[in-house]
Amino acid sequence: MNTDKNVPGSETDGRRRILAHPCSSLFIGVALCLTSFGAAQSAAVTEPPPGASACSGCHATDPSVATPAPRLVGRKPDEIVAALAAFRSGQRPATVMDRIAKGFTDAEIRAIAEWYGEKQP
Amino acid sequence: MTADQPTNRRTFLKRSAAIGAVALLPRPALAQGAAQHVVVIGGGFAGATCARALKRLSPKVRVSLVEQRQIFVSCPFSNAVIAGLRTLSQQQFGYEKIAQSGVEVHLAAATAVNPETHVVTLSDGSRLTYDRLVVAPGIDLRWDALPGYDQAAAEHMPHAWEAGAQTELLARQLSAMPDGGTVVIAAPANPFRCPPGPYERASLIAYYLKRKKPKSKLLILDAKDAFSKQRLFENAWKELYPGMIEWVGLSAGGKVTSVDPAAMTLTTDFDTHKAAVANVIPPQRAGRIAQIAGVADHTGWCPIDPETFESILQPHIHVIGDAAIAGAMPKSAFAANAQAKACAQTVEKLLVGEEPREPKLINTCYSLVAPDYGISIAGVYHPAGGQLVEVAGAGGISPLDATRPFREQEAHYAEGWFKTITAEVFG
Repeated sequence: MNTDKNVPGSETDGRRRILAHPCSSLFIGVALCLTSFGAAQSAAVTEPPPGASACSGCHATDPSVATPAPRLVGRKPDEIVAALAAFRSGQRPATVMDRIAKGFTDAEIRAIAEWYGEKQP
Repeated sequence: MTADQPTNRRTFLKRSAAIGAVALLPRPALAQGAAQHVVVIGGGFAGATCARALKRLSPKVRVSLVEQRQIFVSCPFSNAVIAGLRTLSQQQFGYEKIAQSGVEVHLAAATAVNPETHVVTLSDGSRLTYDRLVVAPGIDLRWDALPGYDQAAAEHMPHAWEAGAQTELLARQLSAMPDGGTVVIAAPANPFRCPPGPYERASLIAYYLKRKKPKSKLLILDAKDAFSKQRLFENAWKELYPGMIEWVGLSAGGKVTSVDPAAMTLTTDFDTHKAAVANVIPPQRAGRIAQIAGVADHTGWCPIDPETFESILQPHIHVIGDAAIAGAMPKSAFAANAQAKACAQTVEKLLVGEEPREPKLINTCYSLVAPDYGISIAGVYHPAGGQLVEVAGAGGISPLDATRPFREQEAHYAEGWFKTITAEVFG
C-alpha cells in the first residue's frame, strides 16, 4: 500500500491517497492532471438491464472468481431463460433461486440472460 | 438548500420538457470544461461498489472514493470470527485494486458537505467539488440511546457491530469465560444493520459453547417481539443446541433499559441479568456525515427517491446502503451492493442528461446457524408508491422442513456469496 503522498496544488491533494502506481511518483503527478485517468485501463461496459447487476452479487461477472453459484457468464441465453422458468414453476429444485425467479417477468429474464450471455467466459 | 428539487424520473421528464436537457448538465463540469466528477463518501459494500461500478460503466467520469480507514473489515461473516471459526484477517480488504481501477481513493474523513456549492471537505483539508455526490456512510452507533452504554462501556460489553477490534474483543471474552457462565446478547429494535445478525451470532456462539463450555447458557434480551428468519432459527436452536439459547422478546420484558458495565449487569423492566459476557447491540442511525450533509431526517436515517436513490432532502446527493430508508429492503451487505450498482447506473444516466431506468433489486441474506447449517431470506424489490417494495409472490425464507443436505448447501452458498461480493468490490 502506498500512502502519505501529497501532490500540492491539486484539488485532490489528499495526504493519504492510495495511488494506482506506487512505483513512480512522477507518473502520479502527471496522472492527476488527466481528467480521464483510468480510462485506458477499462473500457465502458454494456449497461446491465434492470435486476442483472443484483444477480452478480452471487453469479460473478468476473470469470476468475470461483464460486459454488453456477457461472452465467458466456452461457447460452436460452439455457438461462429455461433454468429460470423451471425455477419459477418449481420444476427444478433450488435453495433460493425458486424464491428469486418468481420476482422477474419473462422479458426481464430474457434481458438478463442475454446480458450474461454476451460476456466473454 | 437550493431551489432545485431532487430528480426523480417524473420530475426529470417534466424538467427536460420545460427547460431542455442541456440545462440539466451539472454546472461545475460545464464551467470548468473538466470531466464530470462523482464523489462517493464511504468505502463499504455500498460506497466501494458504487464507485467501482460507475468507473466501469463510464470511464470518462472522474470518480473519487472517500474513506477514512485504510482497511475495510467486513461485518458479514464476522460472527464466525467471534466463534473462533475464522480469523479477522479473512474479513479485511484494502483499497489498492479499487485505486488501480481508476477510482481516486482518498483515505481521509469527509468533515463537511455543502449541498449548495457541491463541495465536500476532507479531514486533510482538501476539497472535492462534485456534480453528483453519493453518501454511503453505513451506521453510527447511538451512544445516547441506552443509559449506561457509552464508548467506555463498549470496552467491557462489546457491541461488535462494527467489525474489527470489537469483534476480537468479544471473541477473547468468550474464550476467557469460565464454563457455566451466561452470555447475554442485547438486541435492538428495528431498524438496525443486519436484521438476522444478532441471531446468527447467538447461534455461532452456542456452537462454540456447546463444544468448549457446554454448561454455559446464552440469553437474548430483545427490544422487539419478532425477528428475521425467527422460526428457522428457533427450530435450528432446538435441534442443534437444545436448552442452551433463551430468547426473551419485548412483550415478555426483553427490552434492555440500562446497563452497568462495572457490575456486568443488564436491566430490563422486570429483571436485572448478570452476564459473564455481555454483547450489547445498541440502537443506530445513519453515519454522521449524513447528518452533516443534511440528508438524514428526524429518524436518523435518510429518505430517498426509490427510483434514483436521490435524497428527498438534498438534490444531487444520493444515499445508498445501511444509511438509506430503502423501504422493504433490509440493511444488508447484499442490499447495499445491489443498490450501489443500480445507483451507479442512475448517476451515469443523469450525468449525460438521460432518463434513468427504473431499478429492480434483489436481496439475499444468508445466516449460519452452524458452520454446515445455513438458512436464508430473499426478496425482489422495485419502486412503487414512493417506496422500494417487495415484488409480491417472490422471496421468503428457506423451507422450514428442509433436509440437512439442503442446509449444508445453503452454508456453502453463503460462503460463495461472500467470496463473490468481496472479489467484485475489492478484488
